Amino acid sequence: MQTYDLEANGLSGLNSTLQSQNTETNQTSWEVVNPKGSHAIAVGLDAPIEVTVKGSTGYYCAGMNQQATIRVEGSVGPGVAENMMSGEVIVDGDASQYAGATGHGGLLVIKGNASSRCGISMKGIDIVVHGNIGHMSAFMAQAGNLVVCGDAGDALGDSLYEARLFVRGTVQSLGADCVEKEMRPEHLEVLKDLLDRAGCDAKPEEFRRYGSARQLYNFDVDNTAAY
Amino acid sequence: MCGIVGLFLKDQSLAPKLGTMLTDMLITMTDRGPDSAGIAIYGDGTSKAAKLTVQSANPDRDFSGLAEDLGQALATSVTQSVNDTHCVLHLPADQFEAARAVLSEIRPSIRIMSRGETLEIYKEVGLPKEVATRFNLSSMSGTHGIGHTRMATESAVTTMGAHPFNTGSDQCLVHNGSLSNHNSLRRKLRREGVTIQTQNDTEVGAAYLTWKMMNGADLGEALKSSLDDLDGFFTFVVGTKDGFGVVRDPIACKPAVMAETDQYVAFGSEYRALVNLPGIEQARVWEPEPATVYFWSHNNSPTTHERAA
Repeated sequence: MQTYDLEANGLSGLNSTLQSQNTETNQTSWEVVNPKGSHAIAVGLDAPIEVTVKGSTGYYCAGMNQQATIRVEGSVGPGVAENMMSGEVIVDGDASQYAGATGHGGLLVIKGNASSRCGISMKGIDIVVHGNIGHMSAFMAQAGNLVVCGDAGDALGDSLYEARLFVRGTVQSLGADCVEKEMRPEHLEVLKDLLDRAGCDAKPEEFRRYGSARQLYNFDVDNTAAY
Repeated sequence: MCGIVGLFLKDQSLAPKLGTMLTDMLITMTDRGPDSAGIAIYGDGTSKAAKLTVQSANPDRDFSGLAEDLGQALATSVTQSVNDTHCVLHLPADQFEAARAVLSEIRPSIRIMSRGETLEIYKEVGLPKEVATRFNLSSMSGTHGIGHTRMATESAVTTMGAHPFNTGSDQCLVHNGSLSNHNSLRRKLRREGVTIQTQNDTEVGAAYLTWKMMNGADLGEALKSSLDDLDGFFTFVVGTKDGFGVVRDPIACKPAVMAETDQYVAFGSEYRALVNLPGIEQARVWEPEPATVYFWSHNNSPTTHERAA
């Protein structure tokens, strides 16, 4: 276990050290102490290492992650795991706005609540939120799965493409072109796998599935007057 | 961008440390607002006189004999305490408007920062650390306070464009965001007789709340109606004699974090601003909901918070 004191040694040193680890490294386990809400902790990693942040972070924690497993023992500010490619990010507390935005792959687990715009423009990432999510979540989401064990706020899945949304609680309102869809066996299977990997004991049958009505994909001549 | 910090004490044994804690929070928010900084502090209200805090670019000239000259013109007793470019005038509360008129005659270059029984506002252009040092903010004590670091968007970087804005007796407002309908609203409020001194959007937000309260709304109602009448992005923190409130616009893209313990309620634009507060590891930390008014008052039971909307 390598320990890095962020307050004493600074952010650039942390990120350059973690970014220089490669697949052959034998320093596979890292601990970051005294994060004190700092921004951009453990960003741009590209090695199968485990990083534990001992406290809450500010903006853009674990951004652009590839391969690494990053756990935050606290809450995170805006933009956690933004544009993640692969690997895993686990947040023990809450996440602020646009968690997992534009993510292409990997798994983001939020044990508490996520606020507005969770999974905005997601492109293949899987996000599991144990609590609730805020308004405008999964806006323009293109691919991947967003699983919400609690409730969803206003305008869920507005202008959605092909991402799948699973919500166990209530949805305050659906955004434009987002509709409830039939839960088929293959969806229950995907959901079960994600819940297992996220350490969540909710049952897949308790969820509803939402997706795109695909009415915004093509120009509709009846809407000419709007242009 | 801008940074906001706020601290409301439930445990008054922390009152002597309010300035120190708030100054530390303010300086942490320097990255969010290096242009100017300000603080509104609610100190002790035991003296019978009320406070008029004024500012001058030429304090040596303007503050010399000021209390005496003002007292003579108003035929009442006025005392003063000078703090760098600011001066707190102690005078009877019913003399505020008369004092404003007299000041514009006898010291035309003086600007009014705030008025109230306990409120004092100190704000200047410069890095938050420099502003805090010149006013010795960390030595101040009080029951609650609000600070702001400004990255200017809507108007010039001047003392008058710095936050907090005084909105009425013992009321103040700080803002992170930008209002898009402030020009039309400023014209409307001026027609209604509200004094607006600058081209700044936040001052219009402040004046709007004053106007609502002049017409019978309480602060919670005024904040709630701001959600309908103000167009743009905002996280507002407001101070009153008894407490402070928070409201965010429905889109809520401007950040906000709150923390509550048995000793205090704290607000920060980022969690970073809160990390050195006592007992923060055990505090309840959360993000205020969009379009929801929060308010804490020394008049209520100390552990409740009111969600008026």
